[in-house]
Amino acid sequence: MGKLSNQQVIQSITSAFGDRISVPAEPFGLLTFETSAENISEVLRFLKEDKDLKFNYLTDITGIHFPEQELSIGVIYHLHSLYNNVRVRVKVFIDGKNPHIPSATPLWNGANWMERETYDFFGIMFDGHPDLKRILNVDEMEVFPMRREHPLEDPNRVDKKDYFFGR
Amino acid sequence: MTNHPIFTDNDPQKETITLNLGPTHPATHGVFQNVLEMDGERIVSGVSTIGYIHRAFEKIAEHRPFYQITPLTDRLNYCSSPINNMGWHMTVEKLLGIETPKRVDYLRVIVMELARISDHLICNGILGVDTGAYSGFLYLMEEREHIYEIYEEICGARLTTNIGRIGGFERDFNDIAFAKINRFLEKFPPILKEFETLFNRNRIFIERTSGVATVDPETALNYSWSGPILRATGVDYDVRVNEPYSSYQDFDFEIPVGTSGDVYDRFIVRNEEMWQSLSIIRQAMQKLQNEPKGVFHADVPEFYLPPKEQVYNNMEALIYHFKIVMGEIDTPKTEVYHAVEGGNGELGFYLVNDGGRSPYRLHFRRPSFINYQMYAPMSAGMLLSDAIINMSSLNVIAGELDA
Repeated sequence: MGKLSNQQVIQSITSAFGDRISVPAEPFGLLTFETSAENISEVLRFLKEDKDLKFNYLTDITGIHFPEQELSIGVIYHLHSLYNNVRVRVKVFIDGKNPHIPSATPLWNGANWMERETYDFFGIMFDGHPDLKRILNVDEMEVFPMRREHPLEDPNRVDKKDYFFGR
Repeated sequence: MTNHPIFTDNDPQKETITLNLGPTHPATHGVFQNVLEMDGERIVSGVSTIGYIHRAFEKIAEHRPFYQITPLTDRLNYCSSPINNMGWHMTVEKLLGIETPKRVDYLRVIVMELARISDHLICNGILGVDTGAYSGFLYLMEEREHIYEIYEEICGARLTTNIGRIGGFERDFNDIAFAKINRFLEKFPPILKEFETLFNRNRIFIERTSGVATVDPETALNYSWSGPILRATGVDYDVRVNEPYSSYQDFDFEIPVGTSGDVYDRFIVRNEEMWQSLSIIRQAMQKLQNEPKGVFHADVPEFYLPPKEQVYNNMEALIYHFKIVMGEIDTPKTEVYHAVEGGNGELGFYLVNDGGRSPYRLHFRRPSFINYQMYAPMSAGMLLSDAIINMSSLNVIAGELDA
């Protein structure tokens, strides 16, 4: 459907970054690859400003927490090239104890609140963000509630254990 | 309360006034707080505070089976909850690889377009109220009531609809529902026409809205705007066309775009979208004639709850019922992003699944949240009365803002 096939995007990014990005996958047709916190700014800038790719639209930034992984915190970017009608998903995994990642606000103003929301829920520090503070939760909150160590319910309840929910 | 302008700003020499617009101000139609620095009637700067109705949906969703997340999506943009419901069902269907029959797609399209009309009705009606014209709003509210009656006939609820199920609908549309849709298709166009006659070339309305809050396409895209307000700037991005879902590719419709991105253009774009939605509903009603009657869900017994009388009398149905309710069915371990064109723009669902019966992580890409972040920066330099109608025309819904 898009004017640019995923193969072309893969070629373009692998020739530019080589082994600094992971081998891309395509779950449900959406091109997905990983990179590291050192490279993310460069990757995003390349995706946005390359004259063929033109991923000019930042759809979403969000986080995820896998406590059992060594690099436990993930930051997930969804980009969209409105010129070519192709989407791409970029994932970065960082250390959960001291999560730092460069901010995408120099590239997109729209990243401002998305990163604030991600900080609010996962405690990810976006370096270079102009105003990184809580957005949906109260300022006095001390934890980052979407991390897995914070249970939704009172942990003493027996009727809402995780194994009732398939895990 | 550190970093809060209202509590830290105590300079006796300053020449501006600090004005709290909200959290519960009648002119903002929802729970929005903006702390504005005013120089007379002109806004110098503003800070938006949001989160007053944050309900932790993403956290709750991690502890609920897929089919129990639908009621959470109702409460995002509650002016067009069926679109949210359908968007969520389609996300799960994409994850599970469920193909829905064409008839289901068309029924969904009808419901979604009705929801889009009701969403735009509110926004444009309220914009009229904010510019001092109450009567248009009252005309339109009657029609929204008729749309809610159609929902009521389909699913029993009016506002938070929880309409449909994963794989289709919980029951077929009855004859009264179709009669009500036909009645709506017949009665609504003259009323919309009358509404347009009241506003489109109304001198006062044009002077009040034209040239207010003009946004150029580059800025809009830089702020990740989507939906009617992005199209009013001239960018023809509509998820229904760019990535057709629910068989939108079978329909013939146009994407109205504006030129200057001001409040007037947004109004006109929304009005024109209502006409397009009406045309889509008509086409869908036409297409339904050629589809087999009585098909209202996909044939996926592993995920679609069997009818209750079968559960009591039929072994297989009982087994499936048990498996669905107890979460005994494996789901793929993967991640999926699905977007639909909501009333306010691209409503995305990012679902990471670990094979259980509830998501490992679910993130809602809420258009209001992303659209609204430009509100405070763009208000600087604006008159307070213009900022109010600007907020109306952004159609920010507090439920979608805070999730």
